[in-house]
Amino acid sequence: MMAKRSPAKSELRRASLDGLMASKEIVVACGPGGVGKTTTAAAAAAMAAAHIGGKVLVLTVDPARRLADALGLEGIGNTERRVPEETFLAAGVKPRGELWAAMLDTKESWDSLIRLHAPDDRTRDEILSNPLYLNISSRFVQSHDYIAMERLFEIHAGGIYDLIVVDTPPTRNALDFLDAPERMAEFFSSRLLRWLIVPYRSRLVNFASKPFYQIADRILGTQFLEDVAQFFVLFQSMYDGFVERAHAVHRLMADRRTSFIVVSTLEAVPLREAEFFAQALKDRRLHLGAIVLNKVLPAYLRDPQGAAVAEKLRDRADELADAIAPKVSSGDVSQIRRVLSEVGRSYLDYRVVAQREAEQQAELATVPEALVSVPYFETDVYDLAGLLRLGEQLWGS
Amino acid sequence: MAAPVSTTERQRAGLLDRRLLFVTGKGGVGKTTVAAGLALYAAEHGRRTLVCEMDAKGDVAAYFETGPTSFAAREVFPSLWAMSMDTEASLREYLRLNLRIPVVGRIGPLAKAFDFVATAAPGVREILTVGKFCYEVRERHYDLVVVDASATGHIVGQLAAPQAINDLVKVGLIRSQTDWILDILSDAATTGLVIVTTPEEMPVNETIELAGKVATETSVELAAVIVNRVLPELFGRSEETVFNDLCRPAVSAELKKLVHDDPGPVLDAARLAVTLRRTRAEHLERLRGGIDPAVPMMYLPFLFTRLHGLRTLRQVALSLGEELAS
Repeated sequence: MMAKRSPAKSELRRASLDGLMASKEIVVACGPGGVGKTTTAAAAAAMAAAHIGGKVLVLTVDPARRLADALGLEGIGNTERRVPEETFLAAGVKPRGELWAAMLDTKESWDSLIRLHAPDDRTRDEILSNPLYLNISSRFVQSHDYIAMERLFEIHAGGIYDLIVVDTPPTRNALDFLDAPERMAEFFSSRLLRWLIVPYRSRLVNFASKPFYQIADRILGTQFLEDVAQFFVLFQSMYDGFVERAHAVHRLMADRRTSFIVVSTLEAVPLREAEFFAQALKDRRLHLGAIVLNKVLPAYLRDPQGAAVAEKLRDRADELADAIAPKVSSGDVSQIRRVLSEVGRSYLDYRVVAQREAEQQAELATVPEALVSVPYFETDVYDLAGLLRLGEQLWGS
Repeated sequence: MAAPVSTTERQRAGLLDRRLLFVTGKGGVGKTTVAAGLALYAAEHGRRTLVCEMDAKGDVAAYFETGPTSFAAREVFPSLWAMSMDTEASLREYLRLNLRIPVVGRIGPLAKAFDFVATAAPGVREILTVGKFCYEVRERHYDLVVVDASATGHIVGQLAAPQAINDLVKVGLIRSQTDWILDILSDAATTGLVIVTTPEEMPVNETIELAGKVATETSVELAAVIVNRVLPELFGRSEETVFNDLCRPAVSAELKKLVHDDPGPVLDAARLAVTLRRTRAEHLERLRGGIDPAVPMMYLPFLFTRLHGLRTLRQVALSLGEELAS
């Protein structure tokens, strides 16, 4: 394991995920949207299955269609499927273990949770058909956050997999899903919730004495409030089960067997969010295993000689084109001239971005045990071979 | 829901002729940048503009180099006001305006309780936020309201909320209020949705999917798709042949002699640029095929600049202006 305090740059470059993937039972990939979280999680899981061994599951939320196809996830919802060994062999790797994949179906997960906790069949059916429940389970954003962690807990408790890699849902706020289990517990045990339910339970309650209810009644109408109250009354019958479960989910997140990797790019906005997230993990005493920086531009863009050459190509394109034209078999001199100056200009353009990104990386405030840079891939990753190629970058040599 | 008027039957309203624009997009595509850029462009062209952040991350404030925004709009640039959404403050304003209940002091407990109700009935919270924007439009406090809205995953729920409330809540004040909100949202001359995307796989998928959902599940018109971070084309087909020639060892060795240094990195960088551009062109093609051709599509170049800030924003506004004029 690497020193926590400001490791040298060369050390950082050597840092990798293999140690983490070999020692943890749960690895949660999180970070801002659009940085390649899903692909990173899938690549890390594929590498673990290929090179470490054991049963590895990647639990993903919203994979791109082609990736879902590659993992055999199309239209199977919550069911876990094994990625056939032949797929690995076709990608040129003889896997040491098994790779399994599952997608998170929020609605289905909620339904099975209700089935688990409902005290009797009647309550279960009433909840499952309640219009407010339908709304919550399929649309309510925070319910996604909670259910992802809940499902992880369930799978882990099944004891089938050696390693579970989780891709987290895109959250409104990166912290939401971390707090979701606790918030769920808080929600069910809150006095406010009970207060809301009381008027429905007992008609003797004097509405006028409850200012909130009075205002809410004027805004929402009595009928609607009663619908809400009825829903909560139904839900409350599952109170103990839910709260206990939410606490258990939270404990699992904080357990030493669980680690988080924060995925980001080096663009300013995502990186700021990622740093914020890394800090939040620390504050919650959760284990930050690694930061993965995706889509990093190649180092040759920052080469000082490269810049000098590019400037010459751009500024002396006329003269260079004339000199080199005899050696070039295609195109006329004016085309060669344009190509030379475009090539030079393009290098200098990308150089600005590459330098900015290098600076951002150097300034990273939180340095975890591992900091992994993954270069810009020229094409999209959409099959197992692509995942393994990306995975090589996450792995130590 | 109001019957959608086919674009063949009427002239589509210009983007900035509308008065309420919701700007959405997948996380990471530059949604906030485009929203702020649109607002800056409008303000610079003499329109009193309000830009509002739904999730107060402070990005809008950073763009205008000012302090954090709050629920009370603040002028951050001539003719340009910025605010951020805050459910509690919005509830307070709602109560004051609609129930004539002056709320003094903290309404934390009330807002929290309201949060719980809103949890059970998605739509209640959205009414407070979408309602706030419609209110600003109705009262004509601004010529244009630009909302840096929720990401693609949540925007439909938000825009469909007034309708959902109409279905769920049979009586009460909110019910009677959703009618005028729906009027504003479904009037295509007034309100429009802008989807920001990048020419990459997932953003394009989500954009096509969202465009379909917006048409079937909401009454808001898709006003434009803005493609952000479009990479420049280095050269055409015949020039590419020339470039491949330049990369041949014999030619690049000659080039090395001429510039007294290895041109390798520069040629590699050009190849990378060409490949990146090509992969993206495929996604762009898919996007064009998946969106109703009547919806204007605008392109913003990838910015090879240093950091984000007003300087970057100006370049975005400039590019937007060129696209709006064409």
